[in-house]
Amino acid sequence: MDYSGLSIIRPPGVDSIWSLRDYLGALRVKSSIGRGRYRVNPGLYRLGQPDKDSEVIITSNYKLSFDLVRKSLDGMNTWILVLETYGINVWCAAGKGTFGTDEVIRQVKESRLSQYVSHRRLILPQLGASGVSAHGVKEATGFSVKFGPVRADDIKEYISSGYSKNDVTRSVQFNLMDRFILTPVEIVNSIRYLLAIIIFFFLLSGIYAGGYSVSLIWKEGIRAGLYLLAAYLSGAFLGPLLLPYLPFRQFGGKGMVAGFVVFGLIGIMSLRSMPYLALAGWFLLSGGVSSFLTMNFTGASTYTSLSGVRREMRVFVPVQILLVLTGLSLVVIAKFV
Amino acid sequence: MNNQLYLRNVASLEYDASRCTGCRMCIEVCPHNVFRMAGRKAEVVRLDSCMECGACALNCIAGALTVKRGVGCASAVITGYLKKSEPTCSCGGDDKCC
Repeated sequence: MDYSGLSIIRPPGVDSIWSLRDYLGALRVKSSIGRGRYRVNPGLYRLGQPDKDSEVIITSNYKLSFDLVRKSLDGMNTWILVLETYGINVWCAAGKGTFGTDEVIRQVKESRLSQYVSHRRLILPQLGASGVSAHGVKEATGFSVKFGPVRADDIKEYISSGYSKNDVTRSVQFNLMDRFILTPVEIVNSIRYLLAIIIFFFLLSGIYAGGYSVSLIWKEGIRAGLYLLAAYLSGAFLGPLLLPYLPFRQFGGKGMVAGFVVFGLIGIMSLRSMPYLALAGWFLLSGGVSSFLTMNFTGASTYTSLSGVRREMRVFVPVQILLVLTGLSLVVIAKFV
Repeated sequence: MNNQLYLRNVASLEYDASRCTGCRMCIEVCPHNVFRMAGRKAEVVRLDSCMECGACALNCIAGALTVKRGVGCASAVITGYLKKSEPTCSCGGDDKCC
């Protein structure tokens, strides 16, 4: 495209190839490190050699989203218009409203998009639809919004098929791999609480019928720490991973079952070395802790609704409290009988 | 996908067929295939799959759809309860996200 004699500037160019730095950055943010700072500047970009007829693809300024989009458009000449979503991915930003109607309008106007292209068509990621009203954008800018596929990988096919989607490219999946990738986020999120609780149990371990013993802290405390770690992994890792295979529809129920099963196995191995009362206590504790953690995975899942989460919490939060308090009481009582 | 159904009869989605103009927008934006076309109007076929993201209602120019929009996230509900505000995703800034 010839920019001479135009009142518009040549937007920065990008290509579809990832550098080593892009790969390392993707790995880093997937491990939850420095995610909020992983951004590109909002505005218009050139991918390849776009002209007046080229498509305009819209995405968020979370660099991983931007990188996935440009990678998926390999071999194409398109415009990429990046919205200011403060480093948040499309779906979450749409939920918050930053990937929203107003921001689309603002970027279309500020970038002077209408001078770069002669058509009046924007392709948005489908998951942006919870923040962007297509008719709102049309009214304010004259551009009609086409909601493309959910995944960047399907954009090319969407365009070449004349903007058509099927039930698969239109729907959000949540397969084993997706869940596996998301569990570290949950595990990292609550690790400081785990450490605080383990310290609490270390201190608790010193109590015995005759008073308080420091040597007991080590003996019993380490065991308590391991039990808690097992309950934690069962709720934050096993529960989410085995989501479709665990009984109950409520995540809290799924996590509780995972916690019971995990401690059930540990308990069988500890039958000779621990009083039954303490084992029963740990069994209940494990179910309660694991239930709470898997319930918190609702936020990472792709199919839970707010009304549903509220309804499940009305049942499972009391259940969790009951399990933990009863379990804790049994563990303490077992020290005195 | 069928084994990923959340709770039954809880989604707040409401559909007024008399207003539907058959523009298909709801079908295009719904991430869980809740709608399909029945003749010249949309119909709700998988209400229990609805995650209340609000995309359909926001993009229904005819105003045939309403939904109480929100995030299906337990920690957001807890945070909202503690702060006495509406549950919102805590993602933002340096926070870990949903």
